[in-house]
Amino acid sequence: MAEIVMEQVSKVFPDGTAAVSDLDLDIDDGEFIVLVGPSGCGKTTALRMVAGLESISQGTIRIGDRVVNTLPPKERDIAMVFQNYALYPHMSVYDNMGFGLKLRKLPKEEIDKRVREAAGILGLQEFLSRKPKALSGGQRQRVAMGRAIVREPKAFLMDEPLSNLDAKLRVQMRSEIARIQHDLRVTTLYVTHDQVEAMTMGDRVAVIRKGVLQQVDTPQFLYDHPNNLFVAGFIGSPAMNMVEANLSISDGSGVVEFGGYRLGVPQQVVSARPELKAFDRKPVIVGLRPEDLEDASLVPDAPADRRIRTTVILREALGADVVAHVKIQAPAVVTEDVKELAHDVGQEALQAVEQGARSGESTFLARLNPRTAAKEGQPIELVVDVGRLHFFDPGSGLGIYGGDGN
Amino acid sequence: MFALRLVGAVVIPIAAFYTLWVTFDFLRDSEANRVIVVGVAVVVGVGGVFFLYWAMNRAVELLPERYREGVRPWIFVGPAMVLLSVFLVYPVINTILISFKDAQSQSFVGLDNFKFVFTDESMLRAIRNTLGWMILVPVAAVTTGLAFATLADRLRRGEAVAKSIIFLPMAISFAGASITWRLIYSFRPAGFGSNIGLLNGIMLGLGQNPVDWLSQHPWNNLYLMVIMVWMQTGFAMVVLSAAIKSIPDEIIEAARIDGASEWQVFRRIIVPSILPTIVVVATYMVINSLKVFDIVFVMGNAELNQTEVIAERMIRWFFIGQDYGKGAAIAVVLFIVVIPVMVWNVRRFREEEMIR
Repeated sequence: MAEIVMEQVSKVFPDGTAAVSDLDLDIDDGEFIVLVGPSGCGKTTALRMVAGLESISQGTIRIGDRVVNTLPPKERDIAMVFQNYALYPHMSVYDNMGFGLKLRKLPKEEIDKRVREAAGILGLQEFLSRKPKALSGGQRQRVAMGRAIVREPKAFLMDEPLSNLDAKLRVQMRSEIARIQHDLRVTTLYVTHDQVEAMTMGDRVAVIRKGVLQQVDTPQFLYDHPNNLFVAGFIGSPAMNMVEANLSISDGSGVVEFGGYRLGVPQQVVSARPELKAFDRKPVIVGLRPEDLEDASLVPDAPADRRIRTTVILREALGADVVAHVKIQAPAVVTEDVKELAHDVGQEALQAVEQGARSGESTFLARLNPRTAAKEGQPIELVVDVGRLHFFDPGSGLGIYGGDGN
Repeated sequence: MFALRLVGAVVIPIAAFYTLWVTFDFLRDSEANRVIVVGVAVVVGVGGVFFLYWAMNRAVELLPERYREGVRPWIFVGPAMVLLSVFLVYPVINTILISFKDAQSQSFVGLDNFKFVFTDESMLRAIRNTLGWMILVPVAAVTTGLAFATLADRLRRGEAVAKSIIFLPMAISFAGASITWRLIYSFRPAGFGSNIGLLNGIMLGLGQNPVDWLSQHPWNNLYLMVIMVWMQTGFAMVVLSAAIKSIPDEIIEAARIDGASEWQVFRRIIVPSILPTIVVVATYMVINSLKVFDIVFVMGNAELNQTEVIAERMIRWFFIGQDYGKGAAIAVVLFIVVIPVMVWNVRRFREEEMIR
């Protein structure tokens, strides 16, 4: 086991595209780091550089105390789990798991012990003599994990290992992988495009966009203090609502105005963000998490400067809560970050964003208590948890915090 | 009603067949312009096959429902089976029959012809040589083909060009290739002109005496096999290369991460993954080397050089020696030798299917 350190790592492909630019990432010994980003953001390339499957254009990668830049994969002492499992089709499950140990000329008894131990952890004992073809997707995934575990490597590298599983199995394997990693305490770099996986599995999450690292932090901190609009929009589902607003500050507390609404910003929110003063009487982008909106009829004593009157366009009942889509008479925020996020969802989403910006209307998503009376087409009054507002600089897209270096 | 339908089911195909038969008879005896006759014949031929199938299918429809689906496959497979029997099964039986008769196929001579096959000095040599061809050619062609395929796969550029060059000899006929190689092995003894052969050119250049390569028994057999390897390597390479490319990259990468050297990746991952293809290619080569005739025939006097092979003997006796009995007996032996290879091949194929 060892730490992995990436310093100013870049990858430029022969055709000139920069897949990864100046990536700095320290993974502590035994830590589980999730590298997350939309498809094509360079996260897999970064992982493959650590594995040695891709050459490093610039910078250094250290595993333990060795710089591994020019080492071939077999000398890096790492194990990798591939998206499509990459099991050896002509070998039994037992041989698949023991292959790496056999190549290292370990004694037969030792191989047998380790393979059986790993099979025990993964519940594969009865399948050891089967060929991969005779296994289900979930079982194949376990064999791929087992192949990594028996190696007892310095680090696990996982490239979207759950994306080929169906939704239910994915949730189950998610916790299983996290548990195994926790028990073995092997340094792990895990790549995914699924932010839920990132949030639930990682000790820390690294968000990457177009080959550039955006923010590395614990899942909760990332959620509460996104560095910029991209991280804010990428982490969290449904995504954060964003709207351009005018800010005015007086006597230490502020007011944001958008689409005819006025929301009071409490004193402690303003004082926690010293940089906010610079935006007095200027436009800012205000971010609102869907769960920070609630049906006003369920919060009877909320003051007027925390309320929004609007119309419900769509009601999605999820059982535990109701997601209401409501109309807001303010233009949607269109920055490069937002476009990138929409692009990841699909062409339609991208068009919807641009359409919204032109029409001067946008849609907020609110995660409401299931007791809400919200009905499609009916007006509704929402209460905003103004203590949890997020602020972003409309010019740079950066989060407005200030003072303590955030 | 039922009887009527049954009669219809029998009459319709017969009528259809008879109509076509008459048409062909008419065309054959027609005095019209040959070109028109040929054109009409082609149209009637193509349309006739369609018509025949259609008519027979109609006939099946008339049968009671109970029998319909049982009979229908035979209607469609039947014609092909008839043709196969006429052109494959009948000749086999006839050849076996001839092999028990004398040179002019007039009277039965018992096992005399087979006794000849297994006692004649030249025949025994031919069997021995053929065995050599069967083993050495596939091994050499598959090994070099696999080596080329693996190495070409790693070329940064020019893979297509390299593979085309190696594949090129496949396009030449065996006889053509043999003539090319005759020039390479060419030898003229002192006093009969200068040596124009490539190999002897090299020998002379190195200050050695020229060698009569093709009479160097038993090595001349190897020299002939080289020709076939030269021709077949390209085929093996192309097929194996396709198989290698179908192995997912991730499996190779996983093996590298598991700690395999490039040789181990090749030996433990690539070769086992393409083993079914290797077997198919090797069997194809075994059968091809069993049939080899042209190379030996073209490259000088087989008996003198002691490079006889079974197929060459067969043609020598059947067509040149006009001894149908001996020729047929050799053919039968050749046929029997191929059977186990085919059986093994089919069985393997079935196993593969079962794994799938």
